[in-house]
Amino acid sequence: MKCSLRHIILMLLLLLAGSLKAETLDVKSFIFGHTGDGYCFHVTEIKGKHVCVWLPVIAHSKETGWHVFSSKHVCELKEGETYQGFYIAPMTDPKYPGKLVEVNGQGEITRPFDLSFTRNAFGIFLVCGFMLAFFLPAAKKYKKDPMATPTKYQGMIEWLTYMVLDGVISPSIPKSKVPKFAPYLLTVFFFIFFCNLFGLIPFFPFGSNVTGNLSITLVLALCTYVAVNVFGNKHYWKEILWPDVPLFLKFPIPLMPIIELVSTLTKPFALMIRLFANILAGHIVIMVLMALIFIIGGMYGAGMGGATSIISIFMMVFMTALECLVAYIQAYVFTMLSSIFIGMSQQETE
Amino acid sequence: MIWMLIGFLIVLFILAKVGWPMIMGAVDKRNQHISDSLVAAQEANDALAGIEAAKAKALAEQQAEQVRIINESQELRKQLIEEARNEARAEAEKMVADARLKIQKEQEEAMSQMKAEVISLSVDIAEKLLQRELADKDAQSRYVEAILKENQPRIEA
Repeated sequence: MKCSLRHIILMLLLLLAGSLKAETLDVKSFIFGHTGDGYCFHVTEIKGKHVCVWLPVIAHSKETGWHVFSSKHVCELKEGETYQGFYIAPMTDPKYPGKLVEVNGQGEITRPFDLSFTRNAFGIFLVCGFMLAFFLPAAKKYKKDPMATPTKYQGMIEWLTYMVLDGVISPSIPKSKVPKFAPYLLTVFFFIFFCNLFGLIPFFPFGSNVTGNLSITLVLALCTYVAVNVFGNKHYWKEILWPDVPLFLKFPIPLMPIIELVSTLTKPFALMIRLFANILAGHIVIMVLMALIFIIGGMYGAGMGGATSIISIFMMVFMTALECLVAYIQAYVFTMLSSIFIGMSQQETE
Repeated sequence: MIWMLIGFLIVLFILAKVGWPMIMGAVDKRNQHISDSLVAAQEANDALAGIEAAKAKALAEQQAEQVRIINESQELRKQLIEEARNEARAEAEKMVADARLKIQKEQEEAMSQMKAEVISLSVDIAEKLLQRELADKDAQSRYVEAILKENQPRIEA
């Protein structure tokens, strides 16, 4: 019984590999099409037809003003066609791969001001909605009766919250400042954590690789930069602008202040790159393992592809498990470093 | 990026206003309440222990008092009995002494009566002897005896 089941699975895999043999896989567009942003949400493929959730495209052209339309129009365009002057550049485009571009009156290809509600935007709002739906009922219950015996749900929320509060935030930030910065740090932690986890779920409505996207980590790093520098106290700014170093290092050429100012920028920059690179790398590895089946299948025939799929799937399971770990670790690291930077900016002179 | 900024800031704003402070505040409040309750319970326990000790002390005191009262009453009883006995003894002794005194008096009286009798008897005897001039001793003693025999009832009386 067990043996025959194994045979059936193997045969199915072989059939799958065989059925896809005809298509030659463009690995680069396959990987970056999935890990990158997109204008439509590809759900599945039934009998060769793509089933997609169309997202709104919002773009502002310098010549024709605002355009709002469903991404259906631009995603289903054939080569050389445009919709209202717009089309999506192929992944092979050197300048704007996979982005919405506009053909203006002179026939030049330009990038419009793009406010489209993309797949990542969808993913972001999904996580936002999830977070609100996850945490607000608990807050409401606490507000109603703080002394009531906590329910199991409240216990879970408490555990999650205090895991971050006691493990990450409290050790780094002066005690009196914790209530001021904890909401931001908690929000950032759970935002990154849920984004990472949702990114690992490979089907609609999840699967948008939000945190593996530089512009998203940039916003998060920017928030930390603001929290550190805008709320930084006098002592912190004195350490940057007039540090305790020999005078010639800060006057007449303010060498140390310049270095310190640059270092305030490098900290969030490192945060941004670290999160982005870790998450993107994990997704790429999983995608490559997936692509490997078709690459080998294409090179050596369906049989080899099927054989590879067994190894590949095992590796993918392993990588996905590892990515679950990474999802937590990266959220943890981002929050911990943010709270250390904030804590440093809140230090009082001893 | 703009959607990210909007979405993230909305969530941050909502959770910072009505999310995290509620959770943290409530948990802190509850922790405070629990620690306060523990302290109160400890205090109540201590108070109870104090009451317990006071109760035990009072009980012991009461028992001691009880024992003391019982002992005292026993003492008193003994004393009373002793007194009564002494009184009775004294009474008896007094009565005996009285009786003795009376007896003595009567004896003395009897003695003095007897003396008087003896004296009168002797005088009588002497009278009789003097009346009879007797020469011999035998006759004298016989005579005394006769007299004594004569006065037998008197002597016996």
